[in-house]
Amino acid sequence: MAEAIADNSERELPYVRAITEGVREVLLEQDNSFVAGEDVAGAGSVYGYYAGLLDEFGPERIYDTPISEEGIVGLGVGASATGCRPIIDLMFMDFLGECMDEVANQMAKMRYMFGGAATLPLTMLTMSGAGASLAAQHSQSLEAWICHLPGLKVVQPTTPYDAKGMIIAAARDDNPVIVVLNKMSLGLMGPVPEGPYEIPIGKANVVRPGTNYTIVATGRMLHEALKAATQLTELGIDTEVIDPRSLQPFDTATVVESVKKTHRVMVVHEAVRFGGIGAEIAAQIQEDAFDYLDAPVARVGAPFSPVPYSPALESIYVPSAKSIVAEAKKQLGL
Amino acid sequence: MTADISNKTLIDMHRRMVRIRLFEEAAGKLMEDGKVPGALHLYVGQEAVASGVMVHLTNKDQVTSTHRGHGHLIAKGGQFDKMFAELYGKSTGYCKGKGGSMHICDLELGMLGANGIVGGGPPIAMGAGFSAKFRKTNDVAVTFFGDGASNEGAFHEAANMAALFKLPVVFVCENNGYGEYTAQSNHQAIVDVADRAPGYGMPGVIVDGMDAIAVYEAAGEAVARARAGQGPTLLECKTYRYYDHVGVRGMGLKYRSDEEVALWQERDCIDRIEAHLIEQGISTQRKLENVHKSTLKEVHEGIAFAEASPMPEPSALLEDVYA
Ligand SMILES: Cc1ncc(C[n+]2csc(CCOP(=O)(O)OP(=O)(O)O)c2C)c(N)n1
Ligand SMILES: [Mg+2]
Repeated sequence: MAEAIADNSERELPYVRAITEGVREVLLEQDNSFVAGEDVAGAGSVYGYYAGLLDEFGPERIYDTPISEEGIVGLGVGASATGCRPIIDLMFMDFLGECMDEVANQMAKMRYMFGGAATLPLTMLTMSGAGASLAAQHSQSLEAWICHLPGLKVVQPTTPYDAKGMIIAAARDDNPVIVVLNKMSLGLMGPVPEGPYEIPIGKANVVRPGTNYTIVATGRMLHEALKAATQLTELGIDTEVIDPRSLQPFDTATVVESVKKTHRVMVVHEAVRFGGIGAEIAAQIQEDAFDYLDAPVARVGAPFSPVPYSPALESIYVPSAKSIVAEAKKQLGL
Repeated sequence: MTADISNKTLIDMHRRMVRIRLFEEAAGKLMEDGKVPGALHLYVGQEAVASGVMVHLTNKDQVTSTHRGHGHLIAKGGQFDKMFAELYGKSTGYCKGKGGSMHICDLELGMLGANGIVGGGPPIAMGAGFSAKFRKTNDVAVTFFGDGASNEGAFHEAANMAALFKLPVVFVCENNGYGEYTAQSNHQAIVDVADRAPGYGMPGVIVDGMDAIAVYEAAGEAVARARAGQGPTLLECKTYRYYDHVGVRGMGLKYRSDEEVALWQERDCIDRIEAHLIEQGISTQRKLENVHKSTLKEVHEGIAFAEASPMPEPSALLEDVYA
């Protein structure tokens, strides 16, 4: 668990290598696991996070596939339903568009439709996020699409430590789990213990304790929220920052417990605000902690437009510490 | 190389190819120098394909492009100033800075956009072909796509529907032997993408994509068939990209040999058409050099325009989400 970060290790790794280590531990641990996706073998993925795995595990475990996302995810569904524990790579989260039937109508529902007869221990890794001027079809944060699908689990690791531990937890889980990674975090350094360990799915992480304000921030926004929390100190606000880490299932209890203590809360994500996961979190907070709230739940997310290409627009599109602080001031009447 | 191609057309094709080459060389340098953001997929090496096809089309004929889309836009008449401005993310760009390289378009020229989604183009071209038939315009739609894209379901659905509805569509597969870093032999069990055509009830034609005249001839037949209401054709052009998948040097992975690159470069499409133009007395060394020179001037002017242009205003962010 995150509380134990780096207790047994001084070692720091970038997020990208923590992903590699997570996948490697799974391949070592589970004989019937394999990796399949576009350019994952020879190239080690376009972001390099499978680098070295082909050399270590060989072509029987690491497969380059054609550019056929529906086929790739179907491969994972069929193989996981019949005794394998696949790790499927969807290069960009935006390509959910190409494989959404396999994700939404097959992977998510097969077990339920079959009355519990099927088990799909499938892990899907995919890359999300804006910030690299990759424009509208390579920058999206589409977590809400997949959190809306009963039968799927969705996790979003934000640190190297969590990335490794959540990939291992996802692969050990007997359900389909989608691990949403962030492309702008690949170089982020952080402590990563050697060997296998799990970050439990469904357990939020209180990253920064505080007494009179709570920010719940997902994905890369965690780091912006932490910066914002430092800035808010100067205004006399002692912010507790929570990283849900797992979006589906969602750890409502940890968030509600914090709100009962701080009485004021903001939810931040990189995805478009309207209909984003933040709306669900805000609704749950007011259901469970309405009497404790001293202000309406604030939400920060991207505006209602596709992700723009120009750095001039993209930089104001993506939420930041600055926009978080501005919204907090508005919410708190400062 | 046959004779039923006019000198004017040859000179036109040559000019389009040079425009693509010099634009792309400059764009690649801008990316490597960090002057333009994002990812550029350069068309260098494949110029004969876009040029040989596009000379058959009017501005009312529609094309869909790919992530490697600059060449298609240029061959259809794209302006360098607006293109460079788009790459720079400026408000004067083709997409007002909102699309960048992967979404560059000019609807007035009948260029329905580059596309960040591999396989995104064929269904849209099929729809544009449907539209032409529905509106009885006699226009055609051409979709460019890669060998890698021919493995997307979207291509297969579009091909089947275009053939079924006898739509005026030309499927131009630019087979450059790789999808990103994966060789064709590693992504499909066939050698010729054209083999897929009969399965959908359309002719499949293979052509040397390094030879503009050969592309011109084959594309001429396919476009004529489409215009005559005889339905789609799949034209497979065997070609090669000289630079990496993204940018010039790209990720620096060793997925193909220097010898292989050199072998294709020996068959360079621009060298080839220039030799032909001189041999046949259609042009002279000096005239050809002038084409390069004037194009280079256009490149420099385009970059200067882009650099002098303003970034989009913050208020532009929420514009054009809806009509
Ligand atoms: C649906 C989708 N899958 C994957 C990608 C990532 N990608 C971008 S270009 C490319 C290779 C395309 O190969 P090909 O169609 O042969 O075109 P080429 O790059 O060779 O011109 C891939 C896999 C994408 N952009 N869209
Ligand atoms: Mg290709």
